Amino acid sequence: MRFPLVTFLLFINVLSYSQFQVSGRVLEYSEKGKTIPVANASVYWLSSTIGTTTDFEGNFNTPYQSNIRQLVISSMGYRSDTIPVNRPNLGNIVLYPNVVLDEVVVEKEVAPIQKSLFKVQNVVAVDSREMLKAACCNLSESFETNPTVDVNVSDAILGAKQIQMLGLNSPYLMFTQENMPSIRGASQVFGLSFTPGSWIESIQITKGAGSVLNGFESISGHINTELMKPLIDKRFFLNMYANNYERYEFNSRFNHNITDELGVGLYVHANLRNGHIDDNGDSFLDTPLANQVNLMNRWQYLNPENGWVAYANIQYLADDKEMGQTDFDPDTDKLTTNAWGSEINTSRLDLSAKLGYVFPDLPYQSFGFQTAYSTHDQDSYYGLNLYDINHKSFYSNLIFNSIIGSTQHKFKTGVSYTHDTFGEMVNTTAYGRTDNSVGAFFEYTFDNLEGLGFEAGLRADHHNNLGNFLTPRFHLRYSLWDKATFRASFGRGKRGANIFAENQQLFASSRQIVIDGTGGNYYGLDSEKAWNYGVSFIQKLYVWNRVLDFSVDFYRTQFEDQIVVDWENPREISFYNLEGKSYSNSLQVDLNYEVLQDFHLRSTYKFFDVATDYTSGTLDKPLQPSYRFFVNLSYETPKVREGAQWRFDFTTNWLGRQRLPNTTANPEEFQLPSHSSSYMLMNAQVTKVFSNKFECYVGGENMGNFTQDSPILSSNDPFGTYFDSTLLYAPVLRSTYYAGFRYKI
Amino acid sequence: MKTTLLTLLALVVMGIGHAQEKNKSVSFEVKGNCGMCKSRIEKTAIKMKGVKFATWNADTKAFEAIIDERKCSINDIKKQIAEVGHDSEGFTAPQEVYDNLPECCKYRDPETQKMDHGKH
Repeated sequence: MRFPLVTFLLFINVLSYSQFQVSGRVLEYSEKGKTIPVANASVYWLSSTIGTTTDFEGNFNTPYQSNIRQLVISSMGYRSDTIPVNRPNLGNIVLYPNVVLDEVVVEKEVAPIQKSLFKVQNVVAVDSREMLKAACCNLSESFETNPTVDVNVSDAILGAKQIQMLGLNSPYLMFTQENMPSIRGASQVFGLSFTPGSWIESIQITKGAGSVLNGFESISGHINTELMKPLIDKRFFLNMYANNYERYEFNSRFNHNITDELGVGLYVHANLRNGHIDDNGDSFLDTPLANQVNLMNRWQYLNPENGWVAYANIQYLADDKEMGQTDFDPDTDKLTTNAWGSEINTSRLDLSAKLGYVFPDLPYQSFGFQTAYSTHDQDSYYGLNLYDINHKSFYSNLIFNSIIGSTQHKFKTGVSYTHDTFGEMVNTTAYGRTDNSVGAFFEYTFDNLEGLGFEAGLRADHHNNLGNFLTPRFHLRYSLWDKATFRASFGRGKRGANIFAENQQLFASSRQIVIDGTGGNYYGLDSEKAWNYGVSFIQKLYVWNRVLDFSVDFYRTQFEDQIVVDWENPREISFYNLEGKSYSNSLQVDLNYEVLQDFHLRSTYKFFDVATDYTSGTLDKPLQPSYRFFVNLSYETPKVREGAQWRFDFTTNWLGRQRLPNTTANPEEFQLPSHSSSYMLMNAQVTKVFSNKFECYVGGENMGNFTQDSPILSSNDPFGTYFDSTLLYAPVLRSTYYAGFRYKI
Repeated sequence: MKTTLLTLLALVVMGIGHAQEKNKSVSFEVKGNCGMCKSRIEKTAIKMKGVKFATWNADTKAFEAIIDERKCSINDIKKQIAEVGHDSEGFTAPQEVYDNLPECCKYRDPETQKMDHGKH
């Protein structure tokens, strides 16, 4: 409902001008189901003599008649059509022969990535169609065609895809699944690969401070994923995928509606990575051997009449990975110096439930209750390093929504409780911690209905390790002029760092772990606290009758307290409390345009300035590209019978130079330059949709075959002093090609 | 004594029954055409004292609101909506206000119904 309204509001102003030319193309279906142009069709404004005829290619152009707004298309032997003109470019108009009595529908699809002009927060909404553009086997990979979020790989051995936003790593982002915190604590590094892409219905990416509803931890942004809903999802979905490195994926969803109000879904994901790949000849696998089984059973209850909504989910995951030297055999070589190898075995159980009630007589008033429990167990070793973590988490949140006086003044208020226990074994040292927090929040939203809106939130928390503190968050939106919106936000976040879970790649090196604790509650270290400020501007325009949108935003994150992760001494990794300054500035400029009918260009330039005061001085954040330039081109052919079409998608990413951690203490052969060079990556995908039920796709990643030379330092002596796989700035894996299909009914 | 109490109680109960409701749902027809009308009607209503919630459906022309009867009445809303150009039973918009409405909102002309007003 919202998107059509947005579209309508966008066009409404166009309607009031008359200098516009209205254009379009008249087509018909050939017997084979292909579209062919209709030449010499007459095109005239309803009940008038103003009009034109189509050219040989079926194209027409006629001055917009603001007092009529109905265009008649007719041609001998075809059914005439009257089309409401609500935009300058009507696109393809298909005429049907006289005998066919189908209705002609001219529709503009909503773009799969939407930046709203009307929401108070700076939110980028991504729907499931966007996720079809990438190979997209899990949540981390679904961001590869998205310019707001950066995907990078943790290190040359684990190969975990991690994401960044505003120049900050994922621990500073808040992840929620259906608005309940997920991917935190123990699952920080690998958690993104625990949500299969095909289970995702949509993703909402909020840049900046976020809201107070979901907690105090978010600093640079908030990413929420909504999963498929059993009541509205297809009955059956199947996807299979394979690539040239023997990676296989299986995804399936079954849904059954028990009654109109109650639906149940069973979602299954399994993957296997079986390829012993060592293309760069450094004796280490370029990509882990892995297998995962991931199951979810989901219940949805929705009764609009009595106002009750409920969800219940149970999810179980088992994920095993093996990495290291190609001749490593875990049965004989585990924790020996025969060969360097690593295994990470994770099992996880998630239970969650939601209950919501909308007062039937008061549509603006509702309450919601959410609760979740998870247990996460990871047993792992990296060469001779042992690392185990167990994390149990309980979360619950009660929210009440209502108004003050009228719907111009809305509020949300509630209380939340979280309880986390961590047990870690790092080589021979055991760490344990319990986090308990109780909090209350209040968020007020104002809309003056003339373009000004703001959202002011405050939460107060009592936390056993972080103390008592307030978390303010504020967002403002103002419509400057037609189709232009200005936004500003600020907010504070606070968290305790799980230094090992968040930096697990450190174990795949010979670095010594140094914790320069001062008696704080987190491994002897203090907590982290940062302010985030941001402004953004978005303008939508018509350029040559097609929508162009331009946006620019700037965000600054300023740390008051931070745990500095210092890689600057190649013999060690040290963690210490920030003394001095640490900040991240990020500028993003987007330009999106429909260059030709159904041919879209999306381009983004991002500039980063991220620096921290280390003990060795102020330095740029290591392995952070100074800029990123992103271009995505996509083209879809018009849909013919039963939705059949071709879809083409091409993405390039330019990454600017990155500062590499200091290696001057190493012998010359193990020294790296101070900065990496910039490079470019290319991905492409072609999808052939045979019908609404069946489609096939093929694609390639890293098609330019760009890899880092010797991604692992001292790979021939992995138990020696200089072994280090963490200095990774470019892909390890060469071009990947994949194919798959999707079937749904 | 008992009867007096009962009578009193009955009076109180009746009193409550007759009291003006804080959250009274009201619904009536308002003339109009399109999304612009919708925005104008809803905005006018919601800005009134006592109107907590207002929505208007362009297809059915039904206006629904939740009001605090102690602060405003149905007629207050109808009057206010008429002043920005929209007729409802018993209240007609002043001609000059109506004449100033955008073309697509001139609902008194049946021809305007045929215009496309987008999907909303």
